[in-house]
Amino acid sequence: MEPINIVKSVVTPLNRKNVDTDQIISKEFLKRIERTGFGQFVFYHWRFDQDGQPIEDFVLNQPKYKGSKILVAHENFGCGSSREHAPWAILDYGFNVVVAPSFADIFHNNCFKNGILPIELKVSEIEELLAKGEQSVLEAEVNLQNQTLTADGKVYHFEINPYYKEMLLNGWDEIALTFKYEDYIKNYEKKRVQFS
Amino acid sequence: MGKNIIEKVWDQHVVYHEDGKPDLLYIDLHLLHEVTSPQAFEGLRLNHRKVRRPDLCFATMDHNVPTKNLPIINDPIAKTQINTLAKNCEEFGVPLADMGHPDQGIVHVIGPQLGLTQPGKTIVCGDSHTSTHGAFGAIAFGIGTSEVEHVLSTQTLWQSKPKTMQIHVKGELGFGVTAKDIILAIIAKFGIDVGTGHIVEFTGDAIHKLSMEERMTICNMSIEAGAKAGLISPDEITVDYIKGRKYAPQGDKFEEAKKYWLSLASDPDATYNKTLVIETSEIEPFVTWGTNPSMGSGVSKTVPYASNYTEESDKQALKKALTYMDLQEGTPLTDIEIQHVFIGSCTNSRLHDLRAAANVIKGKHVHPNVRAIVVPGSHSVKKLAEEEGIDKIFKDAGFEWRESGCSMCLAMNEDVVPAGERCASTSNRNFEGRQGTGARTHLVSPPMAAAAAIAGHFVDVREIMNVPV
Ligand code: SF4
Repeated sequence: MEPINIVKSVVTPLNRKNVDTDQIISKEFLKRIERTGFGQFVFYHWRFDQDGQPIEDFVLNQPKYKGSKILVAHENFGCGSSREHAPWAILDYGFNVVVAPSFADIFHNNCFKNGILPIELKVSEIEELLAKGEQSVLEAEVNLQNQTLTADGKVYHFEINPYYKEMLLNGWDEIALTFKYEDYIKNYEKKRVQFS
Repeated sequence: MGKNIIEKVWDQHVVYHEDGKPDLLYIDLHLLHEVTSPQAFEGLRLNHRKVRRPDLCFATMDHNVPTKNLPIINDPIAKTQINTLAKNCEEFGVPLADMGHPDQGIVHVIGPQLGLTQPGKTIVCGDSHTSTHGAFGAIAFGIGTSEVEHVLSTQTLWQSKPKTMQIHVKGELGFGVTAKDIILAIIAKFGIDVGTGHIVEFTGDAIHKLSMEERMTICNMSIEAGAKAGLISPDEITVDYIKGRKYAPQGDKFEEAKKYWLSLASDPDATYNKTLVIETSEIEPFVTWGTNPSMGSGVSKTVPYASNYTEESDKQALKKALTYMDLQEGTPLTDIEIQHVFIGSCTNSRLHDLRAAANVIKGKHVHPNVRAIVVPGSHSVKKLAEEEGIDKIFKDAGFEWRESGCSMCLAMNEDVVPAGERCASTSNRNFEGRQGTGARTHLVSPPMAAAAAIAGHFVDVREIMNVPV
């Protein structure tokens, strides 16, 4: 996993609530057995019409957001299916920060395992970022160490669990970390409740 | 002070706790299927790791198996996933109910049916509807593929302790109202993200009078309310269901287990971070009209008006949904015509569901404009239904009777709703494109789906039902 700390880019405003993982990566693209190559399919049915032509007014198709690494959306981002293909697709497309007022639990967890930083801000702050992002080109800088997002001269502070912060900053493999707790696991297994 | 079941089961599974960190939680049962596991096994291989406890894993194939003309799989990529799972299970020693195996079926149908699902267990699967298993008083939740890999290697997961929520269903259920209507009403009332960060316990007489199969329908859709998991305290009905099943404890062990299971129920003076109440008098047979499961109403209502909402973002969401669904504000739900009916999915494909639907269609025929299919949740459900003659009722009425799998719930196999057409579906998600690109899904209970199949549009099933479901 790639470590992440400072991310600077233009903000992509996706002004929608309840963006579900079926929209992020549609089921017809789930049949790969690799983790990579999903970026081309991200938000497919919002990006392309039935003939495969780009839908011009969808944000991801607008040239001014090209190369963006920071996606800003509304409440309950990533709800629905547990498919980790959703964060894989987001990351593969080029985003490594997603900012929203709230995230669905499984998606939120999945982000940390893949080096994506999910940032929670207040609804009013999100609305401000979305509005500015839509009106013009909004550059932002995320600093994980300081837990800040700076845009248009304003500093937004965010909270993050220190455990996940550490993981992201170092790009750690969680499984290797857990192996250090092998003794605890063994002890637990000795006294575990078990009937069959 | 008393404890609720969520706290009891959680605390029982903490392997390591340190303030400020998530808990390291032990996992008792890990269910696997072909879509979300290949990258996890690949990760093990790349890192020369093995499966720590293959005896606590169980795998099956469900998401993209064909449901007719077995065993031919036309889609080469689906075939790769299916073959990959078989290969991985063999290499890592994981038990597998392969295509055609008598134990095969939708992963959330077979776990309970085989007695693998038990009260007090922690259960995970790379699938959000793992919450289904909570019906037994287990903490069961969906995980991503990286977490699947983590559980395979360590049999544990790092998890922040969720908050607890009680959803109390007050009163007696009305005639013709099913478990599906309860959960759809809960989601419509409290919203699609009300449960975020919480594990929900469903309580009340109306819940504890339900059969295990009906309880599974409710817990199945707790994820649709954003909850990490949903569960119901075990009682005698729970214990009776498990008794005698293939992987259930037997003899004295069963008696010992039973005592333990019943002790897990929430204490009478237990408290929760949040409690919500819904009256059964508010619940009638439900139909969704929008593009997420909270966008639904009782069948006697109409598609809502934008003016019913105060927030601008809700008005916009309604407009977007109605454009996709090609519906007008104020249209009575019973005026909506459908072209497809799907009875199946881990929400409503168990024997009880098939019986309830068959009860409605007996002696009637599917409307000429409608194509209707029934996909039993597992091989065993199919067999039991055939022994009862339920398949014959469906076939005589003009339904297609299929092999088990997820099928049209997510349309990864060949069972797809064509663009622009409408489906009355007993599944759990009405997201845009879920049942096929441009397809329009209306979520309903099995009796409501059956009634719609006959009429060609939605009808209040209570008007045509002669016997309670
Ligand atoms: S039936 Fe549908 S919801 Fe259930 S596991 Fe299969 S795809 Fe998921």
